[in-house]
Amino acid sequence: MNGAARQLVNNCRIAALIDALGYTGKRIALEKNGEIVPRSQYAEHTLKEGDKLEIVVAVGGG
Amino acid sequence: MNDNLIIAGKSYSSRLLVGTGKYKDFTETRAALDASGAEIVTVAIRRTNLGQNPNEPSLLDLVPPSKFTYLPNTAGCYSADDAVRTLRLARELLEGHSLVKLEVLGDPQSLYPNVIETIAAARILVAEGFEVMVYTSDDPIIAKQLEDIGCVAIMPLASLIGSGMGILNPWNLQLIMDRVSVPVIVDAGVGTASDAAIAMELGCAGVLMNTAIAGAQKPVLMASAMKKATQAGREAYLAGRMPKKLYSASPSSPAAGIIASVRS
Repeated sequence: MNGAARQLVNNCRIAALIDALGYTGKRIALEKNGEIVPRSQYAEHTLKEGDKLEIVVAVGGG
Repeated sequence: MNDNLIIAGKSYSSRLLVGTGKYKDFTETRAALDASGAEIVTVAIRRTNLGQNPNEPSLLDLVPPSKFTYLPNTAGCYSADDAVRTLRLARELLEGHSLVKLEVLGDPQSLYPNVIETIAAARILVAEGFEVMVYTSDDPIIAKQLEDIGCVAIMPLASLIGSGMGILNPWNLQLIMDRVSVPVIVDAGVGTASDAAIAMELGCAGVLMNTAIAGAQKPVLMASAMKKATQAGREAYLAGRMPKKLYSASPSSPAAGIIASVRS
């Protein structure tokens, strides 16, 4: 996750991960193994060992 | 006078576009944006800080996307693939927002654009329905190719990103404007207000800057200066400057009716 290894329960749903991180309702976007996972799929989308996640936000930039 | 900037069919009253990076805090960012009058503001897309309290104030709180048109950029990307992924994430993040700034860099010292990767990314993004405003070199042939691909604005550098060196090659900017019909917006290199005015006097549709404002001693005051310079340069362009006379002066006052000399 964001370049660092992280231990999760097996078949963790993305919604549960987002909730545990405190990101529920926040403006974030998530990519799994190079593909966008739309917000509408967080509830049913599950994660497995070795998945690569990127979670991003908008920050100041030029 | 209605002289709005039109990008991808949308109308903007400000021709000054500004970045949101390098400010002291979000309060200063917002004050500078307000002083600049900018409607379109660039933002970067970065990994969330997983250790940080998710309820700390964010850019989106002080610069709400409801009040400003966000222009997510791909700053820091060195390949077409990374740039495309970044903007797909931005579109998801901003709920389907399609207006984006594409920049693919060539090397970290010069931050000069890699136009080969930029063109590759532009093709993919346009095909996916993005409205691509593209940062590029001041090469007129590349600029035309990017327009032909379907980019909605061509944004050549005036000098290197963050250098503040000003408009180094006005002739190339002119060559681009002669060939391209979408808005040409100077992106990068502006250092002070006169640089913005020069870009606008040349006929550029707008200017985009970040460091020139954020890096000033008083960023909010500089933002106000940039707003006026952009407007002044635009008005001078529309007014049509007087021709330059290289070897002859021309008096401003009447030549007739001058009082006679009492000597002689």
